[in-house]
Amino acid sequence: MRFAVVQFGGSNCDRDTWHVLQEVLGVDTDLVWYKEGLPRTCDAVVLPGGFSYGDYLRAGAIAARTPVMKDIHRHMQDGKLVLGICNGAQMSAEAGLVEGTFAINAYPKFLCRPVHLRVETIASPFTSRFREGEVIRLPIAHKEGRFIASPETLAALNREHRVAFRFCDGNATVSEATNHNGSLESVTGVLGQYRNVLALMPHPERASEEVLGSEDGRRIFESMIRHVEIEG
Amino acid sequence: MLDPEARAIRHALENLGFATEALSTARVFLVTMEAADRKEAEKRAAEMCERLLANPVIHRYEIEVMK
Repeated sequence: MRFAVVQFGGSNCDRDTWHVLQEVLGVDTDLVWYKEGLPRTCDAVVLPGGFSYGDYLRAGAIAARTPVMKDIHRHMQDGKLVLGICNGAQMSAEAGLVEGTFAINAYPKFLCRPVHLRVETIASPFTSRFREGEVIRLPIAHKEGRFIASPETLAALNREHRVAFRFCDGNATVSEATNHNGSLESVTGVLGQYRNVLALMPHPERASEEVLGSEDGRRIFESMIRHVEIEG
Repeated sequence: MLDPEARAIRHALENLGFATEALSTARVFLVTMEAADRKEAEKRAAEMCERLLANPVIHRYEIEVMK
């Protein structure tokens, strides 16, 4: 089993993500500079957080048009896994790996805080190690994280259970009071059409060790590992 | 599409006594290129908007060809 974390100019969560995969979970993980292209042998790709290209134009927009995205598209079409975290989620949306987009927060400032999330589906390679409706805690750190989609897209995401996570309170109640960035229906993690891509604004790599106060994020990576073990 | 910056600007205009029905912010890209004629320039600019400059989920765009 091999994972790859793709680094772009301005990525800054690449090594944290590598640390969790390689050193906490013991998965062979390559740090891949985007110009090198994606190794064909990898089972799962993580697009890490950061500020690729200084968030010029729109967050993730420039990275989404780099040649390595063609490799990632092919990887996705082969049924392999892609996890986009924060800036990686923005790239995933810009590259069309998931529907909708992440716009500037309703209150247009950078938000950095731990939040509660409700697990909306466990029927995905990224969420199988949770319980449906479970409340988990992960940090967010973004200025452009407000999920927006057309009414048709949102309806399809709901109908096909492709919303993976919503902001909520500690009792699993979803309301505007806990909708930190003004996302449509508090959505902050969405699955692609074939469920093998997850675009996630919160940072699971920052909540994968007890010393960091939460280990909930680790289960996202563990879900991916289990999926690769089963599917080969 | 809610535009928080536009809302703040509109509010400031209100403070100055300017009543407005709506206000939105926009970005302008000035592109210089070689093209056979205006039509070709416009076609290529439209492609640029679709593929990179605009995000169809949240933006609309207009193209103006200048000399």
